[in-house]
Amino acid sequence: MGSMVPPATTARAILWKRPSVLPGFGLAMGYTLLYLSLIVLIPLSATFFKSATLGWEAFWATVTAPRVLASLRLSFGASLIGASINAVFGLLVAWVLVRYRFPGRRILDALVDLPFALPTAVAGIALTAVYASNGWIGSLLVPLGINVAFTPLGVVLALTFIGLPFVVRTVQPVLEDLEPELEEAAATLGANRWQTFARVILPALWPALLTGFTLAFARAVGEYGSVIFIAGNMPMVSEIAPLLIIIKLEQYDYAGATSVAVVMLLISFLLLLLINLLQWWSSRRMARG
Amino acid sequence: MVEQPPDGTRLTMTSAASALALPTPVSARRGATAEPTLVRWGLIALAVAFLGLFLVVPLAAVFTEALRKGLGTYFAALTEADAVTAIQLTLLVAAIAVPANLVFGVAAAWAIAKFDFRGKSVLITLIDLPFAVSPVISGLVYVLLFGAQGWLGPWLQAHDIKIIFAVPGIVLATIFVTFPFVARELIPLMQAQGTEEEEAARVLGASGWQMFWRVTLPNIKWGLLYGVILCNARAMGEFGAVSVVSGHVRGLTNTTPLHVEILYNEYNFAAAFAVASLLASLALLTLLLKSLVEWKTRRELGRAAALSSEQPS
Repeated sequence: MGSMVPPATTARAILWKRPSVLPGFGLAMGYTLLYLSLIVLIPLSATFFKSATLGWEAFWATVTAPRVLASLRLSFGASLIGASINAVFGLLVAWVLVRYRFPGRRILDALVDLPFALPTAVAGIALTAVYASNGWIGSLLVPLGINVAFTPLGVVLALTFIGLPFVVRTVQPVLEDLEPELEEAAATLGANRWQTFARVILPALWPALLTGFTLAFARAVGEYGSVIFIAGNMPMVSEIAPLLIIIKLEQYDYAGATSVAVVMLLISFLLLLLINLLQWWSSRRMARG
Repeated sequence: MVEQPPDGTRLTMTSAASALALPTPVSARRGATAEPTLVRWGLIALAVAFLGLFLVVPLAAVFTEALRKGLGTYFAALTEADAVTAIQLTLLVAAIAVPANLVFGVAAAWAIAKFDFRGKSVLITLIDLPFAVSPVISGLVYVLLFGAQGWLGPWLQAHDIKIIFAVPGIVLATIFVTFPFVARELIPLMQAQGTEEEEAARVLGASGWQMFWRVTLPNIKWGLLYGVILCNARAMGEFGAVSVVSGHVRGLTNTTPLHVEILYNEYNFAAAFAVASLLASLALLTLLLKSLVEWKTRRELGRAAALSSEQPS
């Protein structure tokens, strides 16, 4: 390198930022990185360093203890069921909101975001009140032998509630942008309405549906507030992993709490990576279409 | 992102196009691409039943339970000393956390949306990170950092600074969980708006701050408001993260959602739901404001499209 290349070109090759006439990049970028590091990156990495001081064997013994495994199984299993319910009904709700006109549609559309806006503790006590044996819905279900409150079923219910907006809000815009020509072409070629839906519309919705499902799942796995009131919190049965972290903290078992947290963090980061890949995949598909 | 043509016509062109491509009303759809009436109403009924069961019924339960013992008990629960201090603390925490994340959101969006640099997508992912972390872990990270057994614990104790089980910890945990709201609302908006208007302001001699206050801020005000509304709702309602760092000292480190939990665990259901109804009203207000802002931005987009179609460039 060096003398043959004009200095300006070398500078541009080394430069990590393209020059611009707009001011304030240094200030904005510097503040962004400082704030991000202080609030998020340093505290998060402190957690990993803490778990590293435990040693592998202590870490492994903690996270494979039966009570921890049971709580992780419940957290991930119930989240999976909740996200699946949301995938089906979220698609239905998005479809109805985009395609049909009926009285109250706008209010319903605005209400879909309620689980984002309602504090989780409020959602938790409200769901418990409704589904307890003397509640509006619980009093109808209990005679049928279905106990929702204070069972793993209650965990699924709460996790379905808090994940509800994700699938609706990811599928809705894609459905709105879907070109009617595609469906017309399918109909012209002799497809009935169900065939058009299954072979033309659904394939176009797949990336959005998967993204919404993964977002709902990721949110549900870490959820705490709405679950603890309705779950009953029995060890090995209806105790979720985030609650176990709090229990360990209250017992001053910082090492144990950190170990469970690290397992959950690693899985969350994997999910985040998956969401990014899905979005990259869907934007590529959109660009091609 | 979509590639931008160099001539800067992208914004007006897309908004004009979207105005033209408004979804066809259902009544105008041909029979071949519409469902039979029975199926249509069946699907509507199913969706309404699902949302009713999951959203409307719990919401109605909050207000019914709150008023079960009459208005006297209701207002007594809201004006009781511990409830008032809890509400004051919630307002204080939101008054610090929301502006902090607002300033960060604008700075991050300015750097990310208006400039090209390496590692941009990594930075965006890192900003989104707090959304992927369980609220309980968001609290835990600060306990590990500032708690009595944490990295900085001994130093803080020696200097008599209390962060965990005190207000600073609650503020920090709230900032963490609401970290991405404003930034992730502004980044796509400012990316779509491009840099032409700011460049024009600079060419016409505006200083950096003049350009920001007179060009950038008016352009992003609705997106900014949208982010602030969502950020505020989460800041006032956060439970898990705050629960870990608060220590639940009644009248001192109790936020409104934590106060609801304490009352509920004491079987004081009427009071718990009364305070909860306050938070539920905040949620409804949030949804209302959010819909208003969405409606307003859609109308402005429509007006911009109408303008650009009147005067084709």
